[in-house]
Amino acid sequence: MFHYLLNIDAFLLIEKLVLIAIIVGLCMVVAMYTTFAERRVAAFIQDRLGPNRAGPFGILQPLADGVKLFFKEEIIPNFSSHFLFILGPGLAMTFALLASAVIPWGSNLEIFGRTVPLQIADVNIGILYVFGVVSMGVYGIMIGSWASNNKYSLMGGLRAASQIISYELALGISLIALLMITGTLRLNEIVLQQQAGYWNIVYQPLGFFIYLICAFAECNRTPFDLPEAENELIGGYHTEYSSMKLGFYLFAEYVNMFISSAVMVTLFFGGYDIPFVDESTLSTNVAGILSVLAFMIKISLFLFFFIWVRWTVPRFRYDQLMRLGWKTLIPLALFNMLATGAWMLFTNK
Amino acid sequence: MTPFTNRSKPVDRRPMSLMEKIYVPAVVEGLAITFGHIFRRKPTIQFPEKQRVFGTAFRGLHVLNRDEEGRENCTACGLCAVACPAEAITMEAAERQPGEENLYREEKYAARYEINMLRCIFCGLCEEACPKDAIYLTETFTPSDYTRKQFIYTKEDLLIPHPVKEPEAYEKALGNKPKRIKQKDS
Amino acid sequence: MQITTLLFLLLSIMAVGAALMVLFSKNPVHSILWLIVVFFAISGHYLLLNAQFLAVVNIIVYAGAIMVLFLFVVMMMNLNQEDIEPVKNYRLQILGVLSGGVMLLIIVLAVMRLQETQPVQLKVGDAGLITNLGKTLFNNYVLPFEISSVLFLSAIMGAVIIGRREED
Repeated sequence: MFHYLLNIDAFLLIEKLVLIAIIVGLCMVVAMYTTFAERRVAAFIQDRLGPNRAGPFGILQPLADGVKLFFKEEIIPNFSSHFLFILGPGLAMTFALLASAVIPWGSNLEIFGRTVPLQIADVNIGILYVFGVVSMGVYGIMIGSWASNNKYSLMGGLRAASQIISYELALGISLIALLMITGTLRLNEIVLQQQAGYWNIVYQPLGFFIYLICAFAECNRTPFDLPEAENELIGGYHTEYSSMKLGFYLFAEYVNMFISSAVMVTLFFGGYDIPFVDESTLSTNVAGILSVLAFMIKISLFLFFFIWVRWTVPRFRYDQLMRLGWKTLIPLALFNMLATGAWMLFTNK
Repeated sequence: MTPFTNRSKPVDRRPMSLMEKIYVPAVVEGLAITFGHIFRRKPTIQFPEKQRVFGTAFRGLHVLNRDEEGRENCTACGLCAVACPAEAITMEAAERQPGEENLYREEKYAARYEINMLRCIFCGLCEEACPKDAIYLTETFTPSDYTRKQFIYTKEDLLIPHPVKEPEAYEKALGNKPKRIKQKDS
Repeated sequence: MQITTLLFLLLSIMAVGAALMVLFSKNPVHSILWLIVVFFAISGHYLLLNAQFLAVVNIIVYAGAIMVLFLFVVMMMNLNQEDIEPVKNYRLQILGVLSGGVMLLIIVLAVMRLQETQPVQLKVGDAGLITNLGKTLFNNYVLPFEISSVLFLSAIMGAVIIGRREED
């Protein structure tokens, strides 16, 4: 009946659906094991051992945690808006996963004679898409916090909103400097440029630094975890949540970390580029698989860094957070943009 | 006010230098410290597989002793209950009937003997008060449980296994401590 | 019926329906959430016109930043429906009727001039692509663009002056 609507390549459709399923699954699994890595690394930093009982070295711990969350009692507060209360964690998770659509996870693969790019959608506004999705992510937190009908939750939601808006500005401006160099918004093209030349970190160290700090703030990670400050706001926006809805919020944070690590690697560290190897000498499939591996290794280094910083640096005070965002990062980002422009004019690029 | 120790350190209220204001060097320094800790030897003792080595003075769970023939030492004199500062011990005495000589060493014995492990402070005063060598604090510690009632240990829980019928369990439950004390006495 | 027409209809129904919900919701927070749905529908329309840049910027700026601020303010002030009194100001009512009337006039005029148009086609038209948009903006419309940037600058300065602490 609707076959005329689908006059698109059926193979393309299947290929993309499979790719989407794989990538979403990958995000979930990586997020699960990041929670495990967080607990283990935290323990090691604090001279403990961490969870090592479930399975060899405790690698089944995330499954146990997930099962526990599913079997916990679900509590929905009486005076909250039920629909919005359930919508909140769903939105947080959805927007966290959405950004994975434009990230190039690797170079091409050849399957049954078809060249399959390891990217769901190569849109020509890739960076802006990521930016837009990240800026929507705060709604999950805000809606959930408001629907909880709890003052601590609301405080957490308001903090999240103002924090994310403040740091988005510096994030955007630091990206503009990068875009002036690359001249394209297409993420795949940015990676290809870095594959041919040097990684962008060489050209944009300051831009990367600003982006890194803002990424911490956008993911609500320590030292910017004020929205969920345990000791002042008893959990912040997820105070009233329990069971898997709480799990979704916590999980979305780790998916966000994974995605923003992937974006940072793509923009500044050559994406799926394998360092010191000329990919054109390898066959397509080998290069494709190796590139995915290289990408994942780079991402896991970033994830480790996220965790490492969390267990080192204490939380900022709220006025310090705002001062850092508005009075330090934004002027720095503007300076970086001007300097990049001047340098490009000077070298006639 | 004079300080009690020589460890007190006055708060440094000087304005921050430029390096401190940038904040990043301090963060990097902190990161280096935490990274070093990842490779430190962990002091954790993984309990069920490995057990901590206790000091010779360790006082754990009580045991009610028997003599070599397996007769209960306790005569329900009540000295342990009197000595107990936490009032964790209650007992009820009974007279030995003819034919029970293989069960109880003397004419009087404890029909009921209970220690509330939630009250007990493991001070070992009962051990010192006992004139009959009947109660010892061993080197095991109280296992956790879900209800308070489980923590009131009855005589059956406390009695050491029979040395003739179950010699291995007896040796194990005895541990090192009663032996040590016996050696010291003799 | 083409798939684009179907999408167009869906997005239009979504936009108009959500816009009506903005007006009819009693709770201001719900109104704002419906407004976000409207922005998403409009971004969908931009995408149908192959104006990807506009679509994303619409989401970043309106749905992502301005609506967050709206939501922030409404949540902060905790506007409950019993607290809001109906507007009794006579002048405001007259102004409302006037502006509504003008709006209606525009719509009526637009409908009268309606002509048969081509249905939207995917991947056709490049006015909204970022390269073309940038070139047009910095060639044909550079003066209005710069003037509006001066306007923004003055707005920022005003905000700084209002927000500055009184020095005495």
